Amino acid sequence: MQVPSTEPLARNIDARSRADALHDRIFRRTLKFCALLVLAALVGAALSTLWGGREVLFGHGLHFLSSTAWNPVEDDYGALAPIFGTLVTSLIALVLAVPVSFGIALFLTEIAPAWLRGPVGAAIELLAGIPSIIYGMWGLFVFVPFMSRIEPALSATLGKIPLVGKLFQGPPLGLGLLTAGIVLAVMILPFISSVMREVFQTVPTRLKESAYALGSTTWEVLWDIVLPYTRSAVIGGIFLGLGRALGETMAVTFVLGNSYNITSSLLMPGTTISSSIANEFNEAVGTHRSALIALGFLLFVVTFIVLLIARLMLRQLAKREGR
Amino acid sequence: MSSNTAIYVRRRITNMVAMLLGGFATLLGLTFLVWILWVTVSNGISAITPTLFTKITAYGAQGGLSNAIVGSLIMDFTALLICAPIGVLAGTYLAEYANSSKLGATIRFLNDILLSAPSIVLGLFVYVIIVLPMSNMTHGAISFSGLAGSVALALIGLPVIVRTTDEMLQLVPGTLREAALSLGVPQWKLTMQVLIRAAGSGILTGILLALARLAGETAPLLFTAFGNNFMTLHPLDKMASLPVAIYQYTNDPNPAMHAIAWAGALLITMFVLALSLLTRLIFSRKKVSYE
Repeated sequence: MQVPSTEPLARNIDARSRADALHDRIFRRTLKFCALLVLAALVGAALSTLWGGREVLFGHGLHFLSSTAWNPVEDDYGALAPIFGTLVTSLIALVLAVPVSFGIALFLTEIAPAWLRGPVGAAIELLAGIPSIIYGMWGLFVFVPFMSRIEPALSATLGKIPLVGKLFQGPPLGLGLLTAGIVLAVMILPFISSVMREVFQTVPTRLKESAYALGSTTWEVLWDIVLPYTRSAVIGGIFLGLGRALGETMAVTFVLGNSYNITSSLLMPGTTISSSIANEFNEAVGTHRSALIALGFLLFVVTFIVLLIARLMLRQLAKREGR
Repeated sequence: MSSNTAIYVRRRITNMVAMLLGGFATLLGLTFLVWILWVTVSNGISAITPTLFTKITAYGAQGGLSNAIVGSLIMDFTALLICAPIGVLAGTYLAEYANSSKLGATIRFLNDILLSAPSIVLGLFVYVIIVLPMSNMTHGAISFSGLAGSVALALIGLPVIVRTTDEMLQLVPGTLREAALSLGVPQWKLTMQVLIRAAGSGILTGILLALARLAGETAPLLFTAFGNNFMTLHPLDKMASLPVAIYQYTNDPNPAMHAIAWAGALLITMFVLALSLLTRLIFSRKKVSYE
């Protein structure tokens, strides 16, 4: 009997493993290309808005950043009023949303019975799922009239306090910085509270039980043990909410009144970077359009920095856990 | 002794106040949820009529939203067709090839930033790289288009898919990889036929989440797809979409238009919330099968 030669088989295997290696290389490159597209999207967003806004950013330079004028007729643009509106509404949103989110996280991790945590947590997260245009409609048709009934009372009480009072004096329009800030607060609430809830749960049970064994109350455990342990991640979650608030468009556009104002009163209408772009972009031409894209570039840079800080802060806790 | 009692009382009162405030905060959050949903449902349901689905927006207050619904469906699913393959492959790269490399860490980090980047800036990005060049090349014959709108929406969905794919693949046990590799399976086959299948339901969850997210977006569509009062199926035409139509109708002073806007708002909200319910179902089933 003749023994069949193994040579063709060996050659076959050789060819096959060469083909496999080639396919692997092609596959790997395709995957890498797709991953790099994510990078390209971010870099592209920055560069394209820089390019689109170059006429105003480089042509007007510092004047664009320091002027309060916004005059499409004379092509004179300053970003100060939209920047002011963006910062003030986001700040109001944070001041309101952070304590409430903290309360929700406290309720969901320490107070609520186990059977209630799932449904209530899911319901709060549902708030994040509602499209921002719905927040805008609800804000305009329901919340603005509601605020215009409340605002006289605000002016009469908080408005009487020296120094702080100025913030709450003004016509009860319903529209304005305060209303926009409150709507934003509701929108970012689920983001901040879900981060807080998640990181509170990462605190080792041993640590909490030790504190309870020493006689601490629930509140003391949360304030003196849980919060210090998760501080960086909590700040990260707050910055994440801030990043959302800065860039939010539709909800704010409807309830802000869109006027280029810098006022001491929170009841006055204002404008934000994103709502200026949304309102004016399709009617704008030439320098006006360039100014709006330049605003977009500013917004992108600011939110990028805020989100960068957020992610770095969140990562610190993950590192400590060895993740 | 009495000072000790005072401290105990104060601590207990502080604790009780904190617990009460925590419950109150949760109640406040739930109140807003119920308030917003109630307003949407009660205003929307009375405005949902057959004409909503049969007539186009050109008829204004006497019309419906059919072209906007069709436009939204086309753009949402085109966006998904663009971002789902790219997102799944990119997520696979992060999990399987670059899990501990510097490039992988950087992309993962930047993907998280893209996840919460302002959507209006992504709209501007697509305007500058697609709408403007197209308009220059065709001398204004083609400018805003459904295709540009889809690309803008794809940018919203992409980071969601990348992230879930990455996370889901990392949950696949390493023994599965080792078993396949020891049989001499090449890595691309291992990835496509073993890993992606094992993480399948998780990846599908990510795709559905991305759809839920991009379906509600308005800002990136304003200056990419623009809007259209007539029915169009052509991807290079200006295309209507539900969120943009709602935006325009809400800005209209006519209350009859507001009613149509509410009906559209109800449609979007139902769609998005149904999707998130569906993802929860898929995910809970997955958990069972893993245990």
